[in-house]
Amino acid sequence: MDALGYVRPGSVQEAVEAYAAHPGARYLAGGTNLVDLLKLGVEKPTTLIDLGRLPLDGTEELPDGSLRVGATVRNSDLAADPRVRTRWPALSQALLAGASAQLRNAATTGGNLLQRTRCPYFQDLDKPCNKREPGSGCGARDGVHRDHAVLGHSAQCIATNPSDMAVALAALDAQVELYGPDGPRRLPAAEFHRLPGEHPERDTWIRPGELITGIVLPAATAGLPSAYRKARDRASYAFALASVAVVLRVGDGVVAQVGIAYGGLAHRPWRARHTELALQGAAATPAAFEGAVALELAHAEPLRDNAYKVSLARNLALDVLNRLAPAPAPA
Amino acid sequence: MTSEPRPGHHSEITLRVNGKPHTLRVDHRRVLLDLLREDLDLTGSKKGCDHGQCGACTVLVDGRRLNSCLLLAVTLDGSEITTVEGLGGDGEEPHPLQRAFLDRDAFQCGYCTPGQLCSAVGMLAEAAAGHPSHVTGPETPAGPPVPLDRTEIRERMSGNLCRCGAYPRIVDAIEDVI
Repeated sequence: MDALGYVRPGSVQEAVEAYAAHPGARYLAGGTNLVDLLKLGVEKPTTLIDLGRLPLDGTEELPDGSLRVGATVRNSDLAADPRVRTRWPALSQALLAGASAQLRNAATTGGNLLQRTRCPYFQDLDKPCNKREPGSGCGARDGVHRDHAVLGHSAQCIATNPSDMAVALAALDAQVELYGPDGPRRLPAAEFHRLPGEHPERDTWIRPGELITGIVLPAATAGLPSAYRKARDRASYAFALASVAVVLRVGDGVVAQVGIAYGGLAHRPWRARHTELALQGAAATPAAFEGAVALELAHAEPLRDNAYKVSLARNLALDVLNRLAPAPAPA
Repeated sequence: MTSEPRPGHHSEITLRVNGKPHTLRVDHRRVLLDLLREDLDLTGSKKGCDHGQCGACTVLVDGRRLNSCLLLAVTLDGSEITTVEGLGGDGEEPHPLQRAFLDRDAFQCGYCTPGQLCSAVGMLAEAAAGHPSHVTGPETPAGPPVPLDRTEIRERMSGNLCRCGAYPRIVDAIEDVI
């Protein structure tokens, strides 16, 4: 690791200015991923801009019934927030399904969204990786790729996004608040991450110098039945092989509102728009769920060793949909 | 003015470690684990993986359990650190959890034990503060302390690996102090 400069701004504006003043700088929040990548030599910043003391560690209810969560709120605190547990339970469940308690105590909302893939080829400087070093090739495509993408991958990259939290945010129609040299803007969480395409080195649509200031959980999904389910190689403390977040509102036996996002299947949380469209206004029955889920997963393009993910994702989604749907009224 | 660029690669910080203040000039690359072991000679905290995966380096920072291998010391200026050496406080008596680990023989090689102890102390505080875990039922009310059974303890301690496989006795020891 090369010598590091260090700046501790007192405001978001100062942070953005510090980024402009220090070429090669990186923003640092909880550090659970970035410090690891520094040790591995994957990230080589000249300067760290420590966001840890910015006034972004609060959570506030907005007048319209939404909840704004600051970018430096710790994952453990967000998961335990009674408002999140009762109104957006899928988010609390997703956070608690990720990492370990120690990591959740350090990791932040913004940092979680910006964590890098855990593809072993990305983390190993001796291996080719188009995400780490554009143009060097992809070692995973014909290598060890059991954990890799089945949807939306490209010739250049088959990595998956490792976040559980981001999957819940995508399903719940959360917004990501950003601040950069051009001022503030917002992006839907479901569209914050990119597909790899020709530029796998870019994980998200964030612009140079921009930082995440917070997320907004919308009133439109507040209080609706929602859940997150994750399949992994061990019972705790492992990344998702596949996961799903679902929010579902059923009225008179008909699907009135539905949001579904998969984790572990793609370079970004995969919002299942085909499934949602098919379910909107349809009878909330196991048969309807099965048909609609299959519509989305028909687009999967598994690699040599990860076709299991398609049926795993299907089973996870059907389990959660059937669990969230109210039991039909007795005849 | 905190935002003034600091062109250098070192900064002066003050930490309270196990109740004692220390003012140190640290390389910005210094992680808390190395500072504890090499600068303060507190070698109880162990380096296992050095990548935040094993939990052997777990310490309490302002009362919260964290992996000290992933914390840059410069970011912790003003923090209160408790390591395994400080769990028992000033007295000669070990922390009740340390006593329980001895009584239950909750280790074999002992390398992960300091991290297990600090992690368990942090875990008990989290449960007392009403923090849920992955296995806490959704019907559990938000707010009051979460009751800890063996399933809860195992899930909440999953960030601490024990290659000797002493997990059953570690859970026994933690149950003893609940």
